[in-house]
Amino acid sequence: MSTLYQASESGFYGEYGGAFIPEMLYPNIEQLKSQYLNIIQSDDFQQEFIQLLKHYVGRPTPLYNATRLSAEYGSTIFLKREDLCHTGAHKINNAIGQVLLAEKLGKTRIIAETGAGQHGVATATACALRGLPCIIYMGAKDIDRQRPNVSRMQMLGAEIVSVESGSKTLKDATNEAIRDWINNPVDTHYIIGSVVGPHPYPEMVTLLQAIISKEIQEQAKKKPTHIIACVGGGSNAIGAFYHYLDDEEVQLIGVEAAGHGIDTSMTAATLALGTPGVLHASMTRVMQTIDGQVIEPHSISAGLDYPGIGPLHAHLSDTGRVLYHSVTDQEAMKAAHQLSRLEGIIPALESAHALAYLNNMDHNSGQTIIINLSGRGDKDLATLTNGISDETE
Amino acid sequence: MKLNEVFGANQRVLNIYISAGYPKLESLGTILPALEASGVDIIEIGIPYSDPIADGPTIQRSNSIALENGITVDTIFDQISACPVKTPLILMGYFNTVLQFGVEAFCKRCHDVGVSGVILPDLPLDLYLNRYVPIFKKYALHNICLITPETSEERIRQIDLHSSSFIYAVSSSSTTGKNKSVKDAADYLQRIQSMQLSSPLMVGFNIKTSDDFDFVCDYAAGGIIGSAFLLALEKSKDIKETTHQFIKAIRS
Ligand SMILES: Cc1ncc(COP(=O)(O)O)c(C=O)c1O
Repeated sequence: MSTLYQASESGFYGEYGGAFIPEMLYPNIEQLKSQYLNIIQSDDFQQEFIQLLKHYVGRPTPLYNATRLSAEYGSTIFLKREDLCHTGAHKINNAIGQVLLAEKLGKTRIIAETGAGQHGVATATACALRGLPCIIYMGAKDIDRQRPNVSRMQMLGAEIVSVESGSKTLKDATNEAIRDWINNPVDTHYIIGSVVGPHPYPEMVTLLQAIISKEIQEQAKKKPTHIIACVGGGSNAIGAFYHYLDDEEVQLIGVEAAGHGIDTSMTAATLALGTPGVLHASMTRVMQTIDGQVIEPHSISAGLDYPGIGPLHAHLSDTGRVLYHSVTDQEAMKAAHQLSRLEGIIPALESAHALAYLNNMDHNSGQTIIINLSGRGDKDLATLTNGISDETE
Repeated sequence: MKLNEVFGANQRVLNIYISAGYPKLESLGTILPALEASGVDIIEIGIPYSDPIADGPTIQRSNSIALENGITVDTIFDQISACPVKTPLILMGYFNTVLQFGVEAFCKRCHDVGVSGVILPDLPLDLYLNRYVPIFKKYALHNICLITPETSEERIRQIDLHSSSFIYAVSSSSTTGKNKSVKDAADYLQRIQSMQLSSPLMVGFNIKTSDDFDFVCDYAAGGIIGSAFLLALEKSKDIKETTHQFIKAIRS
């Protein structure tokens, strides 16, 4: 890995990143910063982590040759099946890693934010496995549209706090989780669900998700020409890209949620519309007014409904190493239906954004495209089937 | 009066926090003179922000109402300059609003309208030292830092070294407006007091009554009241009268 894409000592990727934290969080962030790398690189940690990823999460996840989808487009398309992870999304890679880390840091209480509920379910699962109390902050709007995941978290023994402020989605859930951490600085570890937040979170979550591209390298018989992933905060995408960042022959593509379209106010396409600013203690690209007030985003997908993005993605966008595009709610819905019918796989609405981008590409038989299928769509069935009747109207 | 003169003259310094644009867009024009007439020593004006992560429900609510009222950083500066009070003024806000205004442009406007200092809780000391000291110096603006019960002695000394005015001691490890008792902070305040810092100390968070205020004055130069005053304003029919009553009660 070249140093080109590594965080500096103070956590900056180019001009993005850092830790814009209030003093109340300083001791926690310092502790993490000074200890996390030693811990996660220790033999002790690695042994346990790898065992759990293998026997509990079910890794490695398959790299599946989607022949009917390939025939439809005329390229060779593989799906990296993160949807087959225990709990149904890539989020568990990070959650297990951070729960093990929290134990080593001596923390006895776990908090997390969640949008789609996948990170909440993953965290609740890891906490159940280790017998740790778990509090999940979730926007009231997301509680409504991701019901199945709310029930799963309850089943797993997590306490769910409904967040009523702002747009009642992921941004506000993250604010509340940060406030909880400020109020419980000693015993609590905050498991951020994506490559966002203050340094060292973006770097730490990147390292925990990098297993995705490590496996792809081992599994792919031929080097891919393209790797495509959806981007909310950017954890599944950076996981899928990480070990290819230095290999310029592989075109890396991140797909944001355009919502109703990037020329409307109902969108979550941060790199398309955002400007440099601080959100959740990180300098990144932010959807904001000229006065620096954060704009409420919109996406049909709760996991992509976020007005910021991981600082490394902002940097990769500026340097041009990764191309970022966006697709609309409707395009994502169509792609979800298409994959269900062609391959018998119901994707998460988030992942469907990556799939939808296939429609915007040129295809030829010489191309090998890997799509990171970050999660499964069970949680989205209500929205997806609503969409079917919408489409026939 | 200059900010630091307050500390020489007075050992029971009262600093009141308000959110600009709250309860009405133009309320600053009424509240600033009322606070001055009531004998407040420092006025801290909050710049409303959409995502105030260090604040509890009361200040969150005042921020979102102020934003709905249409407050902007520009309007705040205009309102301050239209309302000349002699009481030292401090601006408190989140770094992103300052960044978007332009750090230098912001410091310059502060200087032009007579703001003495700023509290930016999410601008950490190292970033301030690495990037912004010359700009703050150029416009004679004090950067006021926070310490908490979890801040190490070494770090408190470092903050003391780089403070040109007071240090803001947060009385509990919490967001603002939590219903904790400020008296639980006795050991912590004792510890800070015994460090004999060169900067004056102002204690904030959880101060609601004159009793609380008296308590912190035993350990520090004075106290900062925010949420309790906003709650009084929330119920108020007459801002001027409410302000006088509130300050009188605290000073009694
Ligand atoms: C299945 C799935 N994919 C993607 C995301 C977006 O997050 P990230 O961009 O961090 O991968 C989520 C978030 O909830 C998710 O559940």
